[in-house]
Amino acid sequence: MTGPAAKLPAGAPAEAPQWTSLAPVTMEASARGDRIYHTVITAFAISIPLLLLLIAISIGLAAWPALSQSGLSFITTSEWDVARGRFGVAPAIYGTIVSSAIALVLATPLAIGVSIFLSEIAPSWLRQPVGFLVDLLAAIPSVVYGLWGIFVLIPLLRDPIAPFLKDTLGLGNTPFFSGQNYGYSMLAAGVILAIMILPFISAVTREVLLAVPRSQREAALALGATRWEMIRDAVLPYARSGIIGGIILGLGRALGETMAVTMLIGNRPEISASLFAPGYTMASLIANEFTEATNDLHLSALMAVGAVLFTITLIVNALARWLVWRVTKGRV
Amino acid sequence: MTDRRRRRHGVNGVMLGLTYVAAAVATLPLVLIIIHLLRQGAAFIRPQFFTQMPMPIGEAGGGMANAIVGTLILVSIASVIGLPVGIGAGLYLAERRGARLANTVRFLSDVLNGLPSIVLGIFAWEFLVRPFGNFSAIAGGMALGAMMIPLVTRTTEEMVRLVPTSLREAALALGYTRWRTSVTIVLRTALPGIVTGALVAVARIAGETAPLLFTALGNQFWSTSLTQPIAALPLQIFTYAISPYDTAHAQAWAGALVLIAIVLVISLAARYATRARFGTAPD
Repeated sequence: MTGPAAKLPAGAPAEAPQWTSLAPVTMEASARGDRIYHTVITAFAISIPLLLLLIAISIGLAAWPALSQSGLSFITTSEWDVARGRFGVAPAIYGTIVSSAIALVLATPLAIGVSIFLSEIAPSWLRQPVGFLVDLLAAIPSVVYGLWGIFVLIPLLRDPIAPFLKDTLGLGNTPFFSGQNYGYSMLAAGVILAIMILPFISAVTREVLLAVPRSQREAALALGATRWEMIRDAVLPYARSGIIGGIILGLGRALGETMAVTMLIGNRPEISASLFAPGYTMASLIANEFTEATNDLHLSALMAVGAVLFTITLIVNALARWLVWRVTKGRV
Repeated sequence: MTDRRRRRHGVNGVMLGLTYVAAAVATLPLVLIIIHLLRQGAAFIRPQFFTQMPMPIGEAGGGMANAIVGTLILVSIASVIGLPVGIGAGLYLAERRGARLANTVRFLSDVLNGLPSIVLGIFAWEFLVRPFGNFSAIAGGMALGAMMIPLVTRTTEEMVRLVPTSLREAALALGYTRWRTSVTIVLRTALPGIVTGALVAVARIAGETAPLLFTALGNQFWSTSLTQPIAALPLQIFTYAISPYDTAHAQAWAGALVLIAIVLVISLAARYATRARFGTAPD
């Protein structure tokens, strides 16, 4: 105890009998109670690192047979043939990265725009409802996004959007938009991921924008900047590393997202430059094959996919947290 | 000079306008999803939906009674695991802020929060399904519980930190022991906030599918046994959504509407609990 509390019991010794009657506990008993309490909450706290360790070890051990058999070819080759014991997950890694990249490209400008709107521009009566609606996107279950994607998004992509991209914008000649679009595609997965990670990026961005000191804004305005110039030159540079952290946090979500992607990406283990082509991700590979795994090596290979996913998201999340912490340290 | 001024103000107007557009576009998907859920699902929400068992896939009618009960059971198991651990760890983080272990735990709790839920699913399978030889409600609930821990930890820490130091000091000065101060004064004051955090966590895990795929598995029959595979609303929606039958799709929409309604009601209750905190704040 420091500060004001240290001064409080100054008169206590003189009235010792009353003082003890208020707390009918002996010193030893109270010390024992405190020790037990402290031990209990420490045990709960330590259980979090232990849980992570347990996850890492048990998945690592289960993945070992497949990893040691395939070696580096596990992540560099594309042949996934259970019967012959060939496990190459390159297409799934490629699909995971590409679908997440599409999601980031679409979601980042929107998330930053809506965050600027909410923290700098919106009239106060609009802030709460719009902020609530954006946050609510995070509350919608993944499987509902998948359902909506199958019956609403995919028809939309197939009819007005794909022809628009190919013919009206003339992108059909580029390898990225070539070929027929049957709906289930890398593009569909990327778009649904963009909607799903938007609230995560926006929540962090809003938080770091609010952490930018008022004086920063006032200084820019006092120098005659317009509001946009203030945002561009004074607010965004100050918040930059935090915003990047938010984007990377969104990336972490996109990389591991399972259900909606599995329902929309088409689940075909091929590497194709076209975003209209179906693909595969690591998470959907696990989701599709795990319950139907035919032998121990197959299971081990799927565990190894999980281990790769675990490692990638661990690195991505640690990086994101560090970047956000750099801006918001000092605040909570 | 005036040209430049006009250009600057023009850019200002355009960029500020674009943020309005961003806000409109960002809220559009939510509106579209809700509209479609209501249009497609509302017609199939009848009392039977909550009381009847699912029909064989491809046949019309039937309900999701088993899945709704299954989800409730799974969420209960998860809460039994996630709430005590999360609240305990959150108390620890708030009371020992600055300690090296506290910083490590906080960081790893965030890492756990960012872990893909499917990874928790295969972990729970390896740990709770493989050794026992069968899929079970317990395994599914535990996987969801592990997801809950970091969420509850985070909000508990934040809420406990909001409790004024003077309150804690007053209790200690009256001779309360530290643990009684923590439990009866600090925790009691932070309770509405912690309830909010718990509700948000429940809302989040209630709709999770990926961790249940290889743990709870799903069950088309009535089962409340904790050691048997159990049905869950999200799993049922998934199964129906990817089936080729229109009748199944209709059930999927109805199920999704019920699931969203559950999640929204819990989220709104969480908001209400937060408001109550400010209403009953100590003077």
